[in-house]
Amino acid sequence: MKLFFAIAALPLVLPGQVSYERIRQGDPKDWLTYSGTYDAQRFSRLDKINASNVKRLRPLWVYQIKANDSFETSPLIADGIMYVSEPGGSVTALDTVTGRSLWKYRHDVPKGVRGCCSPVNRGVAILGDMVYVGTFDAHLIALDIKSGIVRWDAEVADPKLGNSITAAPLALKDKIVVGMAGGEYGVRGFLDAYDAKTGKRAWRFWTVPAKGEPGFETWSGDSAKTGSATTWVTGAYDPDQNIVFWGTGNPGPDWNGDHRLGDNLYSDCLLALDGDTGKLKWYFQFTPHDLHDWDSTEVPVLAEATVRGQKRKVVLFGNRNAFYYVLDRESGKFLAGKDYAKQTWAKGLDDSGRPILLPNAEPTAEGTKVYPDVGGGTNWFSPSFNPQTNLFYVSAHDAGGYFLKGEAEYKPGAQFNGGGLKPIPGEDHIGAIRALNPATGDLKWEFKLHSGSWAGVLSTAGNLVFGSSNEGDFYALDATAGKLLWRFQTGGPIIANPVTYLSDGKQQVAIAAGNSIFVFALDE
Amino acid sequence: MRLLGIFLASALAALAQVDPEYVIPKENPSASPEDLKAGEKLFLGQCASCHGPKGEGGKGAVLGQPRLRHAPDDAALFVVIRDGIKGTDMPGGYALTTHETWQVAAYVRSLGRMAHENVPGDASRGREIFRAKGCGGCHIVSGEGGSLGPELTEIGAKRSSKHLRTVLMDPEKELPEGFLMVRLVTGDGRNIRGVRLNEDTFTIQVRDTSGHVYSFVKPDLKELHKDEGKSPMPSFKSLPAGETDDLVAYLVSLRGKP
Repeated sequence: MKLFFAIAALPLVLPGQVSYERIRQGDPKDWLTYSGTYDAQRFSRLDKINASNVKRLRPLWVYQIKANDSFETSPLIADGIMYVSEPGGSVTALDTVTGRSLWKYRHDVPKGVRGCCSPVNRGVAILGDMVYVGTFDAHLIALDIKSGIVRWDAEVADPKLGNSITAAPLALKDKIVVGMAGGEYGVRGFLDAYDAKTGKRAWRFWTVPAKGEPGFETWSGDSAKTGSATTWVTGAYDPDQNIVFWGTGNPGPDWNGDHRLGDNLYSDCLLALDGDTGKLKWYFQFTPHDLHDWDSTEVPVLAEATVRGQKRKVVLFGNRNAFYYVLDRESGKFLAGKDYAKQTWAKGLDDSGRPILLPNAEPTAEGTKVYPDVGGGTNWFSPSFNPQTNLFYVSAHDAGGYFLKGEAEYKPGAQFNGGGLKPIPGEDHIGAIRALNPATGDLKWEFKLHSGSWAGVLSTAGNLVFGSSNEGDFYALDATAGKLLWRFQTGGPIIANPVTYLSDGKQQVAIAAGNSIFVFALDE
Repeated sequence: MRLLGIFLASALAALAQVDPEYVIPKENPSASPEDLKAGEKLFLGQCASCHGPKGEGGKGAVLGQPRLRHAPDDAALFVVIRDGIKGTDMPGGYALTTHETWQVAAYVRSLGRMAHENVPGDASRGREIFRAKGCGGCHIVSGEGGSLGPELTEIGAKRSSKHLRTVLMDPEKELPEGFLMVRLVTGDGRNIRGVRLNEDTFTIQVRDTSGHVYSFVKPDLKELHKDEGKSPMPSFKSLPAGETDDLVAYLVSLRGKP
């Protein structure tokens, strides 16, 4: 009873309506969508924490989860309340002033559900008075924003076949877009949108065409049936054009392409889909007939750039295949591209952006040494574009590996890889935070890391880039020059994206590390 | 909601071909050479992407070792393959039948089994040489010895006699995974040489040859050299051939607790 009165006495902030207009305007006091804003720049206009005072950044509170699974959430913040997804699809609402929880939705993944990897979850979406989460057993669940109680629950796909959801959903005007995972199980990939109020499916775009549809001819024999091309990382949205931009994953089986001859559309593509209907406007395929599991599910960043003297609306894309691409946002046309991380599989890109393959990069029974390794030049963790420094920041990896080719026999619900992987003995898995010229991909600066980081970057108007390391360091770099300004050892590997927002008028920075959320603020 | 969850769980259990009534035998009932072959095929298709085709490890654990932490016996190994390991990236092979799960288990066990080799030499004489040469100054065997070098308690179960002989002759030819010697000069001019214990982008932790442990912030150091491929272990090339055989025989006999 006493405790109750103590809590009641605190000035509680009540969650309000998070309208589509609010997300669209992207007030930097909140962080209302996975990448901060619809353009997915993971850039904040806040500058209270900046290059001159970041030395005073201190941990303010820590929130620990009870699961041991990899904690990869990118929190959302609305009106001073943080919404954190936890492994499997649980969600907790936290007061950002005290770090105390306000409610918790606990999602127990049914026994027997298994995806390719551990039951990670990378975040929630917010729209109106609801919080949306995808679960590891492939449901999309709408929660009441004030209590965490379930409003509706939609089964997105059959988890028994290896389908799962790990990505944060993306809220549009009146729909919730959600991608799925399961590319190692020979599933048929798709991207779905659901009515935000009712949970009724509004559209589905199959990323592997059916017989008679355009693109089907890029799969030999029956291979399209097990084509994969999943959609497991949250994309971007252009409200002016009403276009959803979303990357797709590898074709299945991963390392043996003998039975799926052809380009294998729409695997390893960037898709531009109509937000109302899910109809394909255009696509760009980064790695036709991929044999290395280089999913193109990285975050597409929408920006304006002056390419060859002409100012254009573009999509910036740091791909897992170690190449950086600039695409025209309206047509999908390739404008520029070059490698930004060590690679040995392509001579370069031709005028249409198609890779010019080098010989001897295909997986073999004995193993073929190729750079990048299966983890890629980068991966799902977010890049950032800072319009003030006009730089594109990416966590890049320069590691290679051996790719082995094996037999692949499809069995529903079983892994369907067609090979294996081997590390290169004695070779360190190095990496760096790289700042690229967004129009060309030319390197401006790099900050070398002990090992290639599996965490995203955040840039801010305070001339800062926040990054992390596998060894648990969370740090701030000078956004213009890449110089180290501040660091903190969190004590656990960081496999997540940082966010920033205002809490009670003060700027905070948050990152999931180990199995905790760390929140930092300036020491006053 | 709750009901739906229970329904879903039972539906999945049915698909997973997990028979709740199945009593797991203590020993693998499917370990014939044919089973091993079938198990290898399943392993290459479903496990090798993380564990490596020969269990050498990668994203997943090294399986080419006699003792598996989560699977001390065959029954435990069966459960790990069937159900996965909660809280890790290890999924259950829930599309495998019971028979197939045992076949995979048979293959996994074969990866960690280093056959008893008939090696020339006398293990008990080798033990004396091990003592006389002071090997225990750097290597722990069954809880006794120094900790600069790798523990040797189970080395005979992990490594072939050929490998052990190579290392005795030329220690730098095959270094243990992750082993790195470093030389550094501190801000106040001290020279330190030792083994790297840990490292990140900003700091490094080192144990020197006399066992002192240090932790440094890298920019505070005047010099930091990584001696890739170097080992402080002396070569035993000058040992008479018979004594080398004895020493190898002793190392091969080190197989931990039976």
